[in-house]
Amino acid sequence: MVQSHSVDAEQSVLRLDNVSVSFPVYHGGSRSLKKAILSRSSAGRIARDANDRITIDALRDISFSLDRGDRLALIGANGAGKTTLLRVMAGIYEPVAGTVQIRGRISPMFDIGLGIDSDLSGYDNIRMRGLLLGLSSREIERLLPLILDFTELGDYLDMPVRTYSSGMTLRLTFAVATCFEPEVLLMDEWILAGDAHFMTKARARIDSFIQKASVLVLASHNLEVCRRWCNKGLWMDRGSLKAFGPVEDVIAAYLAARQ
Amino acid sequence: MQDAVDGLTLWALWGKLGWNDILQRYRRSLLGPLWLTASMAVMVVSLGLVYSKIFKAELRDFMPFLCVGLLVWGYISAILSESGALFTGAESYIKQIRLPYSVYVLRFMWSKVIVFAHNFVIYFGILVYFQIWPGIAALYAIPGFLLVTVNGALTSMYLGMMSARFRDIPQIVASFIQIVFFITPIMWKPELLGGHEDLIRFNPFFHLVEIVRAPLLGQLPSAGNYLAVALITTLNAIFAILFFVRFRARISYWV
Repeated sequence: MVQSHSVDAEQSVLRLDNVSVSFPVYHGGSRSLKKAILSRSSAGRIARDANDRITIDALRDISFSLDRGDRLALIGANGAGKTTLLRVMAGIYEPVAGTVQIRGRISPMFDIGLGIDSDLSGYDNIRMRGLLLGLSSREIERLLPLILDFTELGDYLDMPVRTYSSGMTLRLTFAVATCFEPEVLLMDEWILAGDAHFMTKARARIDSFIQKASVLVLASHNLEVCRRWCNKGLWMDRGSLKAFGPVEDVIAAYLAARQ
Repeated sequence: MQDAVDGLTLWALWGKLGWNDILQRYRRSLLGPLWLTASMAVMVVSLGLVYSKIFKAELRDFMPFLCVGLLVWGYISAILSESGALFTGAESYIKQIRLPYSVYVLRFMWSKVIVFAHNFVIYFGILVYFQIWPGIAALYAIPGFLLVTVNGALTSMYLGMMSARFRDIPQIVASFIQIVFFITPIMWKPELLGGHEDLIRFNPFFHLVEIVRAPLLGQLPSAGNYLAVALITTLNAIFAILFFVRFRARISYWV
């Protein structure tokens, strides 16, 4: 269960206790064939549950906690469970076992396309995304000047979003997702699609809200970005937590294991 | 329960999403959502002309009956047949952001209500053309419509969840709707059963259609109709709530 009330004396913003997630696989085909294909394409461990359905253990017994001001980098190979872990933190998947405790408002940025209607103008899309993130219409109108300023899109905001480049859409999404100072910001690695100028601004924006005592979780394959943006690292391997600690140590351990 | 309350408070969100669904479908078309009205109007007029001959019924009498019946049935069948995609169609939202699941149900129902409102214009056309006036009884259609809508929301919620888990459900529902359309008095009047009117009392869809149709034709639905709808609503609500409480956490895994 995801709970968002205070439980912890030491004020950890985000806390996972023995969290496990397993996905049932419902697709057709013979069991053995499924098993054969799955064991090749997924790094998660494949098991059978009580009803003899095939399940993939995407996360196994994950426990860690983050305090205010922590910036966590999730690293690991494809299929190690980074995205699943992000979604558990966002409250999208309720874990099969274990508990997730989050204090504060979460802003997930997994998909630039979510809630973006390419035929609507930039302004309308900003309002739409704001509503999706749980802002009221009044809050959106109040924050609108800030968002407009950050996107630097100017007159383009009157145009339908389908005329935007992916970098421009990204700026719009990022501006909305970070405009209201969420306590917890979850990001998948697509954030790296921005140009150098945007990346500098994004960095400055993230730095500023980290100072307002919030938490950032970033899943990325780019170790350089992890080093620059994060102070803690979490190495996932086949759904298990392999290492958790200062980002340099975790990256060193990760690189050593890959040699 | 909390989910439903949270969902209702996000009315600005589902209102906009539902409205967008309609706009998206008809964007850049000449008539826009009025295409719905146009195709429904053609259907009502052509079926009305042919079937009034088949049943040797007075056009002035049969056409309004058919029109209102088709409008209500169109609403019910759209809810049932499209409920399969209620959650699977919103996969990109469900997997990216945590929203109360009732938001998706409300968005879905809202877009169906908008479609119904567009079609409803035809009813006024019929009233004007045949110079009929249903009188004050027509107001009873409003609670009737609300009851149908509540049942639609409940049913679409669990059908949507079942369809996310078992992808055969939408196919089963589609063939079910077709059968129900023919055994429910929409194209034919209940009197035609000739002494076997009891048969349709066991058809829940008859009662649901009747509590909206009868008032719009200037008659009051019978107490039996209301009793049946009350029973249907209660059973539906109990089932929907139990089902939702049991399986809510699984929706994001199923879609």
